[in-house]
Amino acid sequence: MFMNSVSGASIDERATAAKAALDKHTCEIVAWHFDPATGTPFWLDYASKLNWDPRKEIKCYNDLDKFDFFEDEWLRQGKVRSWVPKAYANDPIYTFETGGSTGVPKSRINIKDFRIDYELFSDTLSDKTFPRGGDWLMLGPSGPRRLRLAVEHLCQHRGGICFCVDMDPRWVVKLIKSSRLREMHEYKDHVVNQGLTLLRAHKNIQCLFTTPKLLEALCERVSLVDYGIKGVFCGGTQLTAQFHRFARAELLEGKIDFVPTYGNTLMGLACHKPFDPADNYSVIYHPPSPRAMIEVVDPDSPRKVVGYGEVGRARLTTLTKEFFMPRFLERDEGIRTKPCEAYPWDGIADVRPFSGFATPIVEGVY
Amino acid sequence: MIEIPILRFGKPYESIETVTLVHHATGEPFAKVHQANSGMVRRDMVRMADDALEKFSTADLIAMARKAGKLFMSATLPLGKSQQSFDEYIAQLSCTTGMPITYCRDNAGKIASVLEKMDQVLAGLTRGLDLKVLDDGYSDASGHMLSFYRAGRVFGAVLPSNSPGVHSLWAPAMVLKAPIVLKPGREEPWTPYRMIEAFAAAGFPREAMGFYPTDHGGAGELLRTADRAMLFGGGATVRPYENDPRIELHGPGYSKVILGDDVADDWAKYVEVMATSIDRNGGRSCINASAIWTPRHGRAIADAVGKELAKHKALPADDPNATLAAFANPAVAEQINNVIEHALTEDGAEDVCATHRGTPRLAHIGRCAYLQPSVVWCESREHPLANREFLFPYASVVECPAGEIADAIGPTLVATVITRDESFAHSMMNHPNVDRLNVGVIPTWRISWDQPHEGNLFELLYRQRSFQFEPAA
Repeated sequence: MFMNSVSGASIDERATAAKAALDKHTCEIVAWHFDPATGTPFWLDYASKLNWDPRKEIKCYNDLDKFDFFEDEWLRQGKVRSWVPKAYANDPIYTFETGGSTGVPKSRINIKDFRIDYELFSDTLSDKTFPRGGDWLMLGPSGPRRLRLAVEHLCQHRGGICFCVDMDPRWVVKLIKSSRLREMHEYKDHVVNQGLTLLRAHKNIQCLFTTPKLLEALCERVSLVDYGIKGVFCGGTQLTAQFHRFARAELLEGKIDFVPTYGNTLMGLACHKPFDPADNYSVIYHPPSPRAMIEVVDPDSPRKVVGYGEVGRARLTTLTKEFFMPRFLERDEGIRTKPCEAYPWDGIADVRPFSGFATPIVEGVY
Repeated sequence: MIEIPILRFGKPYESIETVTLVHHATGEPFAKVHQANSGMVRRDMVRMADDALEKFSTADLIAMARKAGKLFMSATLPLGKSQQSFDEYIAQLSCTTGMPITYCRDNAGKIASVLEKMDQVLAGLTRGLDLKVLDDGYSDASGHMLSFYRAGRVFGAVLPSNSPGVHSLWAPAMVLKAPIVLKPGREEPWTPYRMIEAFAAAGFPREAMGFYPTDHGGAGELLRTADRAMLFGGGATVRPYENDPRIELHGPGYSKVILGDDVADDWAKYVEVMATSIDRNGGRSCINASAIWTPRHGRAIADAVGKELAKHKALPADDPNATLAAFANPAVAEQINNVIEHALTEDGAEDVCATHRGTPRLAHIGRCAYLQPSVVWCESREHPLANREFLFPYASVVECPAGEIADAIGPTLVATVITRDESFAHSMMNHPNVDRLNVGVIPTWRISWDQPHEGNLFELLYRQRSFQFEPAA
């Protein structure tokens, strides 16, 4: 798993070790992005306007509070090359987008991060329910999102072949906003029908990535158990505890593994705490520390982390050599949870759209 | 705390997600309502046995409905894991909606009356059809072959919280053999839940009834999945479904009292019917008048009606003299008040009730907010307050030449037209703007339950088919 295997140690001891690793990793990443030889043009320019030197003053993770909050507008300014670290200037560059239903989408460059993230995530999957060599169906947002390539890579990393269907969530959002619900459902049926055709044709498809709504739509038409699906990896939109229970017990008939995930193009993906009946289906995510962190902060004072069990806004920090994103206030909120056996650092539970926005976000629709 | 479960195929189901309802007066948590996820609503609806009521004759179902009406008014019935007497139901209903206890009882009586007189209700909806045709599928009793089939296999309803009396509108669906799936209003799960339990106790099969408190997405799935449905809501809620023939819409009523040219000078005789049309049932129903149209004397009419309505004062819901509903969420009352105050800043309108009230429209008792009656005299029918409907006793008064009224009033659920002029009455009768037409001194709220209301439930649920029958030799 990500970096939790200090065998025999208590959770507290492992949490302390994880914190030390995070501090060390933070320093390395800051040094990398602010080094004139390897660094990222955006951050080098940013540093030139500071009256302090990040390479000297960032000595641990908490020191990242010295930066301003990361503004997503910075990713919409049309200068995508300014985000490519000089060290990677000659590598093939992907750009993945998030948002974009209206206006300019946020673009994040990628080289290998999506592969690394999903290879690490692969280690959390059971070989029994996501069999090695089993083929996958990717029935979710495609196009400029990283999810399509990432799931395909996850499948390939596990020895499978990934079948994909096109799906444009921006069109779905547009249909919803203009109350064209009939067209929205026709489009959903169009996507689901293609997925079913693939499932019927390719008997070795044993694993599925899809969104909550598309999972419901698939299971309305067929029994995925009868179709030989063994594991479902689900994400892309909000996933409530009640949906979690409904999916496990009813849609998947208690016979298919269900792995919810929370992630985005900017951070990567967080892992779901292994299913424990004691959590009452609460969906609890832990970030892929030290490559990224999710903290639950006071919306009115976002430098301050809320107490365990309290609701706050999700604050993301990404720390990879490809992308440095300190203190980004996400459009989600959730409950701060304690470290667990598998992940000895804080998690976030019951993630939903941030309630502090004046205008509700169109979400959870595809 | 009282817990109200989902009823899936009539059986209680507890969700992980609940909504807490508060006591309108104290703000204390009062009940937890279990919430269905939208996928559950659709999954259950497509699995519902749509023929679950076909094993009963219509006559049997009418008798069972009659029994359900009596049980609704008197029996102790299940409420989740607990039991609920009629008096407890009334108290609980008042607690979360803020409706005066007296109105809660009146509305319960309306529901029971419809259930107990279901034969008359169906006679009105079917225009006296021999209901045996619904059991046999055809009839040739009058020498003409008649055949009907059930187009509405599963009937859904997205219900409101404003007035419990509206639940009498969907009740005939059960007797017309359509299994029901109900999404209650947020603050008013009590009435539909109790009706389902009364139906079950009277012998209706539980599997023919679903009760799904849910969010906007769940309501959308219900409307998408139902073969036929009823939707209650404001203009923005019903608008997306305006062209969907499967769905009977119950939006704002914009009901009106209209004076003909021949009676306008005698307006003082009609102040009582105008006032009661506005204030009955706390002014919360779509069948309450929200405007008075007259060829002349508008200012004087507004003043007289305003004086009458100003007698209503904010009182606690359990006060036997209470006539105004409290807003369980005070912010809603404040928003409505702000909308009216803002519109009054535009020239040409005056809340003439204000002088008679002597107090602001918005009143508070403890944490509760109340909106006291308002009658707004509008110099022009184009004024923003001339055609509005709010959740309290509110009406505008506008002047309009009688010959223009039919075209000018816009969609009107109930029009009470006071006139002796037959040609004026006919102009209203012929106009598609009016859904329910009362000609005479009849309050807008006086409903004859054997008449269709915003559509005909029988026509929604059944289709006539061409049918010929020759027994095999």
